[in-house]
Parts: sequence; structure tokens; C-alpha cells
Amino acid sequence: MRNGRVWKFGDNINTDLMLPGPYLYRSSEQQARAVFMNNRPGWVDQVQTGDAIVGGFNYGMGSSRPAARSIRNCGVGFLLAETINGLFFRNAVNYGLLACECPGVSGAFEEGDTAELDIEAWTARNPRTRQTLKVSQVPQQLLEMMLGGGVYPVLERDGLIAPRVGEP
Amino acid sequence: MGMTITEKILARAGGVSKVSPGDVAVVDVETSCLLDLSFLPEGWRKVLKVADPSKVVIIFDHLVPAPTVQAAECMKTGRAFAKEFGIERLHDVGANQGISHAVIADKAYALPGTVLVNADSHTCSAGAFNCAARGVGGPDMLYAVTTGKAWFRVGETIRYDLTGALRPGVSAKDIFLTIAGKWGAHVNQNIEYGGSGIHGMSLNARRTLTTMGTELSAEFVIFEPDDTLIEYVQARNPKPFFPTMPDQDAVYKERRAVDLGTIEPLVALPDTVVNNSVGISEVAGRKIDQAFIGACCNGTLDDLAVAARVVQGRKVAAGTRFIVTPSTEAIHRAAIQAGYVQTLMDAGAIVTTATCGACVGGHMGVLGPDEVCITASTRNFKGRMGDPSARIYMASPATVAASALAGQIAGAGEFFQGDVS
Repeated sequence: MRNGRVWKFGDNINTDLMLPGPYLYRSSEQQARAVFMNNRPGWVDQVQTGDAIVGGFNYGMGSSRPAARSIRNCGVGFLLAETINGLFFRNAVNYGLLACECPGVSGAFEEGDTAELDIEAWTARNPRTRQTLKVSQVPQQLLEMMLGGGVYPVLERDGLIAPRVGEP
Repeated sequence: MGMTITEKILARAGGVSKVSPGDVAVVDVETSCLLDLSFLPEGWRKVLKVADPSKVVIIFDHLVPAPTVQAAECMKTGRAFAKEFGIERLHDVGANQGISHAVIADKAYALPGTVLVNADSHTCSAGAFNCAARGVGGPDMLYAVTTGKAWFRVGETIRYDLTGALRPGVSAKDIFLTIAGKWGAHVNQNIEYGGSGIHGMSLNARRTLTTMGTELSAEFVIFEPDDTLIEYVQARNPKPFFPTMPDQDAVYKERRAVDLGTIEPLVALPDTVVNNSVGISEVAGRKIDQAFIGACCNGTLDDLAVAARVVQGRKVAAGTRFIVTPSTEAIHRAAIQAGYVQTLMDAGAIVTTATCGACVGGHMGVLGPDEVCITASTRNFKGRMGDPSARIYMASPATVAASALAGQIAGAGEFFQGDVS
């Protein structure tokens, strides 16, 4: 079971909001400081390790840029959304950000609620309202990568890329 | 039950008889395309093994020629990587330069019936070549280059049956704006285009439509193959390929009919193209600071021809910047030979070298605070082309060129009167 304080976002939250274009060539630390600077300035100072993002439809629409890495580096513990953009989902898998689709989630949580995510029962619960929602199961081989720090450790283990000190 | 085009290609590349929506398909990748951005030190790692260098393409496109030291360093890393592993298809700054999706089309690197991955989101562009192509992230590219494989969650498919033909002055961009306005996002879904209407569409027009599928958040976007495509690929790429039609009893989530003869020129309002298209009359007269034609979707020779036709013998409005970026240097050269570049320059346009450039807010046309731009490029997100307070309208190259002349959003209808479809 994972618990996270909820930060709510709407529909179609795009990659450029999470990782603005001018920051594409900056360090991942600088990128993590730029998350939501155009739509929610100051959020990066408020979010705490283990917090949860609750999003609407098509969370992460847009580009292949590593926006999921920035969200992970902000300390977000998990992300739930009505639907998740396919490309953002790939990056979530590859950078080790736990991100799941959960129909109804945006109506079930208010900002500041606690979200309880159970990825064995595949449920998300709001203890304030006692409402429990079904979470769409992430296929096992992808879940292992999400929880195991992404694809970089897999490629290192198989001798395909050289290890590097620090995070990818 | 039968399979859609995308399902058939994934099944073939995965060595299985069938894939269905909900499956995770693990497939052999025929073509892996790395970009300048792929070699950013934050994401790139020292590669110890490449599965098959002949299946890797490297195309520098986002920031070329390098406007920053870091962009230069990325390309330096990429060149060294190509040399170390004997990757011959390197498109460096120079005559073979271009935006990856357009280079892939120019050279027919996208092979019908195969799988292609690329580190840029607009990769479904290659679906015009009957190729299952998807934009992936940097780590996916490391995975594909080193293992030769990729995984995909198989989504359901929406089939569009196109009939009829576009009227003069109406383009594939308007087909896209119609679909985006009417049906909106296609999250976790594939798009399949077919029907009698596709045969009258050039490969460039088809590619505009597939490229823009990214903006619908589609997974794979793919066209049926036809003789036009097969002859084009045969003339340019000696590798074997596998034109793939859907099964007669393919299962679609939905089939939608589009009569191309009814399409009107449209404009997408700023910030998103999803359910955001309006007729030109609704926004005509809004003042613009910049007009842009370019990117992977609309820097084709056809697009440059249309732009040149609209501005022929006319002048860009005072106080308006008109920037045109061909998708590849090969297109740039062809446009010079055809006289389009001269015509555009005589009208007061700037024609740049081929790069993602202004579309990605990188360089050569970045917008300042509160500026207004009308663009025939890929994306109109807030902040996409520069300052977040800038407003980006999206339209066809004809509409953008007409707007550049007027200094405000304007339709191009008058420039095509008398044409027959």
C-alpha cells in the first residue's frame, strides 16, 4: 500500500508544462525545478516526497521529452489519471515512475486528500470519503520496470550500456 | 476475427500469429532512429553493444546547425557513436540534413509492414508508408538500439474511410483539423486511414495527416498501402518490405467516414488542437506578429509550392514576420530549383535551413511575450514556440501564407479560385 497527499491537475496536462522547451538542454535537477512553472508556479516548492498526482484525461499528452523523469525527480510517489498518454506512459515505465490509469479518479479526490494505492488489489481508496476505485492493472513486465527504477538498470544488468554514477 | 493493419504488422514483427487490443507486443524493430537530442548527457549512456548497426539511423534535427555549445556536444557524441559502431546512415549538418520524419520519407527508410521507432513524438509520420511507427522516449531508444526490440501496449483501432477529393485550396492539414475538431483525442488508440479517397492524396499529404496523429495522442497512425507508395519505396530502398492491408474481418472500435469534398479550411485556436477547430471566418482579422510554415508535417515541397503560389507577386504585410523552414535540405534544394524560394524571398519571407527550429521553440523563430503566431507546424501548446504568453493558431500552409500577406488571420480561398479539384 502506498499513501500520497493529492495534488490535482486537469485534463490534457501536456509534457511541455512538465518540462518546458527552454529546459530541454538543462540538467535533470534544473528540469525538476521547472515543472509546472507556466501553469502552477511554485508547485515544486510545495510538493513533498511521496505525494501523489491525480490527473484527468490524457495525462502527459505531447512530446517524447523525459517529463516523467522530472515528475519522479520532484519526489512524486505515484500518479493516477483517468487516462495516460501512451508516450508519457512509456517514459513512466522507463524512468521508474509509478503511473496508473484509474477511471473516475478525478472526481473521487480533492486536493490535499490522501490517496491510498494498492497495486496488488489494483485499487485506489480515498479514506476521507471511503470510496474505493478500480485501478487498471499495469502488465507485469512493465510494472517490474516501473518499480525497479526503469529500463536503465535492466540494460546495465544485461551489459548493454555502461553504468553511470548518479541517476539517469 | 481478423486484424487491423497495425495488429498484423506487430504480430509479424513479434513472430506470433495474432495480437489483440490489451496485449503487450514485444517486436523486432526494423528501423531505430536517434536524434541530436538523443545524445543529451542527461539521458544518453555509453552503449556497449548495438544489436544491428544497419538498422540504426542517426538524424540531427532539433537544433541544427548548433546554436549552443551543448547542442554541438550532443552531435559530437552522436558522431563518435556512429563511428564506433559503423552506423552508416548518419544525417549530419549538411546536404543530407533534415527533420527526421521527413528524411525518413525522402529516403524511404520507413518500410511498409515493418516497425520503426524514433526518439521524437511525431514518428507516426512514417505510418503514411504503411509502417508501424511510434515515437518513443530516450530510454526506449537505448533499449531498441541495444536489443533490436521494443514493446507496445496494443490499443484498439479507429478506422477512417476517406472518400472523394479535396477542393482547391484545401489541404491535408484541413482534414486533420476537421478530424481533431470533430472527434478529438485518440488516447491509447490506433488510427487507420483507407478508402478510395487516399489514392488522390500525395505521399506528402498522407504524411501531414499521419504526422498530426501525434496531436490526437494516437499510438500508431497508418495508411493502407497502394501502388504510389510501393513504387516510391522500391525506387529508394533496396531492403525487402511487406505492404499490409487489414483483414476483411478486422475488428475496429469504430469506423468513421470522411468525404474529402466537404472539408473546409479551418484554424485551431491556441493551446490545443483537440476539439478546438473553427472556421476561418471566426478568427479572420486577428492581428499576427509571425507566420510560420515548416516542421516535419508541413515543410514538404508541396507545402512550399502552395506558399509560393499564394505570395507570388505580393508582399508580406509590414510588421509581420513570415518564416518558412523546409523539412529537409533535399526539399530546400528542390524548392530553389523550382523557384519557390525566390518567390517567397521576393515577397519578404525568410527561408531557413531545415530543422525543427521554430516549431519546437528551439531557434529561428522563437516567439516573445504576448506575440501572436499562425503556424503550419505540429503543435500549438502554450509556450511551445517560445514565451508562454504567446498565442499560437494552427492552420494549413495556404492559410498561413495568406495571413502573412494580410498581417492578420485570413483565408486563402481567393488564390485558388478557378482551380478544379
